[in-house]
Amino acid sequence: MKISASALTAGLLGTVIVVLLAIPMMLQWERPPMHSEQLGYRGLGMEQITNPRRAEMLAALNKAPVPDDPVDNDGVLVKDDTENYKNVQVLGDLDTAQFNRLMNSISTWVAPQEGDNAGCAYCHNVENMASDELYTKVVARRMLQMTKAINTQHKSHVQATGVTCYTCHRGQPVPANVWATNPGPKQAGGMAASRNGQNVGGQRVPAYASLPYDPFTTLLKPGANIRVVAATALPGGTGRSIQDTEKTYALMMHLSTALGVNCTFCHNSRQFSSWEQSRPQRVTAWHGLKMVGDLNHTYLESLTNVFPANRKGPEGDVLKVNCATCHQGVNKPLYGFSMAKEYPELSVPNP
Amino acid sequence: MMYEYQNIFTRVQVHGPADMGVPMKPGNWSRENVTTTNWLLGLIGDAQVGPIYLGGLGIASLLCGFIAIEIIGLNMLASVNWSPIEFVRQLFWLGLEPPPAKYGLSLAPLREGGWWQMAGFFLTASILLWWLRTYRRARALGMGTHIAWAFAAAIWLYLVLGFIRPLLLGNFSEAVPFGIFPHLDWTAAFSIRYGNLFYNPFHMLSIAFLYGSALLFAMHGATILAVSRLGGEREIEQIIDRGTASERAALFWRWTMGFNATMESIHRWAWWFAVLCPLVGGIGILLTGTVVDNWYLWAVKHGVAPMYPLDLTAPVLDPAQAAQ
Repeated sequence: MKISASALTAGLLGTVIVVLLAIPMMLQWERPPMHSEQLGYRGLGMEQITNPRRAEMLAALNKAPVPDDPVDNDGVLVKDDTENYKNVQVLGDLDTAQFNRLMNSISTWVAPQEGDNAGCAYCHNVENMASDELYTKVVARRMLQMTKAINTQHKSHVQATGVTCYTCHRGQPVPANVWATNPGPKQAGGMAASRNGQNVGGQRVPAYASLPYDPFTTLLKPGANIRVVAATALPGGTGRSIQDTEKTYALMMHLSTALGVNCTFCHNSRQFSSWEQSRPQRVTAWHGLKMVGDLNHTYLESLTNVFPANRKGPEGDVLKVNCATCHQGVNKPLYGFSMAKEYPELSVPNP
Repeated sequence: MMYEYQNIFTRVQVHGPADMGVPMKPGNWSRENVTTTNWLLGLIGDAQVGPIYLGGLGIASLLCGFIAIEIIGLNMLASVNWSPIEFVRQLFWLGLEPPPAKYGLSLAPLREGGWWQMAGFFLTASILLWWLRTYRRARALGMGTHIAWAFAAAIWLYLVLGFIRPLLLGNFSEAVPFGIFPHLDWTAAFSIRYGNLFYNPFHMLSIAFLYGSALLFAMHGATILAVSRLGGEREIEQIIDRGTASERAALFWRWTMGFNATMESIHRWAWWFAVLCPLVGGIGILLTGTVVDNWYLWAVKHGVAPMYPLDLTAPVLDPAQAAQ
């Protein structure tokens, strides 16, 4: 009796199928040579690896726009010209000339497209500019407050460079990189095992791995604790779980992707938790995570009842920011070009 | 009694009456005397396939293994909402997770790790039954049980990862998930959580034995291939009846590194290196979280990890502490 030929063929076929399955993964790899820059003490592998063939594409994506020309003051503050300017709640202390310049800039930053609902009309009822009937105007007002908060209360992260609407929006009403609580693709219910927020394939998953696909909901909010590495040599009390570690890992991979940097841009990977061996960039990133938590909580979530359902995530929460929202693949948004300098009114503290 | 030699150097494939091996004692399973020959397999080994000895242990082991794979596979399929296409497309990413920490060592609900516990039970049963099978088949053939004990070393590491260590820590959430990428992510996260496993001396030893095994295998394989034209592939006979192949091979190593293993001892070298790899690796895993929580800090404490020059003009401080 022959038992082998078909069994062997099946075995070989299985091997071929597994190899074929692996090919799509390989297609995501980038070919060498890579550019490598030393960032730390020699021999530590603290290097920034970049793909020179992507540099041009990244530069085109992150080209800073030309700021509108400066204008001379009219000598009249917006709040004093009550005949022409009504319901100006955030920018009332601005000179009317500067106010109009800023409004014009915002329309090109956020809604430059052609059509009825673009430009000024994206937020305003052009028959009655003071009206709050469009939700976009209410959102824009809150976003102006947020921008001022970033430029004044979060200088530890944005430094003197600051941000404008363009840093995130880049000519789109909704910034390209935003997030909402992600329940993941549908999975069978009943007593089938829960995937516990991880183990799905696809490019949106951090590091193309099986890591948690939504590290943001729990970690990008005020008071979240992302520290998972044991702080003492010997066990003392309850440490963090492996699942928590994977979530922090996923968040870090998001950071790495969002900024286009390796782990070693901030960390000495021999001990990720060690501050003394880290680069100062890690302190900036730490403040960035604090900032993102504050922005999501204080500003974006306050708009939960303002946004319509189609501007919310599948779980009904508002779209929020993470590192990629501003950074968009480079470690300094717009390569460090300071648009905010040209619009000093955006760096005035909120009252 | 006639000796026969079958090895990788034999380019002629003999298709004759099947070799049923040595006579067995009464009581052994003897129904599966099904054999065949395969030309492709003859290129890389023995062309004869079978007879396979299944036996009670084999059947029980395969059954348990099948149940475990079914549980894992069907739960993976459920995780993509029963879509066969997505199952194939995302296969490497899919997994079956152990229970979350809140369930400790208790039986978790099926949805939250219960299936993982069940799959783990059946997989472990399958592996242990298979181990017993390797032991008993070796005994039935009058062999030593070296293979069974080498296999046991691997089972030790498996049990430490999935059972013994979680037991000591009182939590199944510490165990490894099933799945290709999920278990790799676990490995990376495990090392990060416990302060970099590369500073774990038992991990160091395990790596040394792993690479050492590969080196020894290459050295031994190359040596025997190099002297096979002189009869060197009859290495076992040359243990007791040293021929020119053995003498030349030995002299080669004495010439090049001053010392040679013998035809006998090289197999003990290889066996111990292979066995010690998971054996010490398992010890290293067992100590992680139970005895040592951060291997890097442990290594600093014991003078193992050197400090590199820091830029003291601009020290980097923990901003969370600086804020206090």
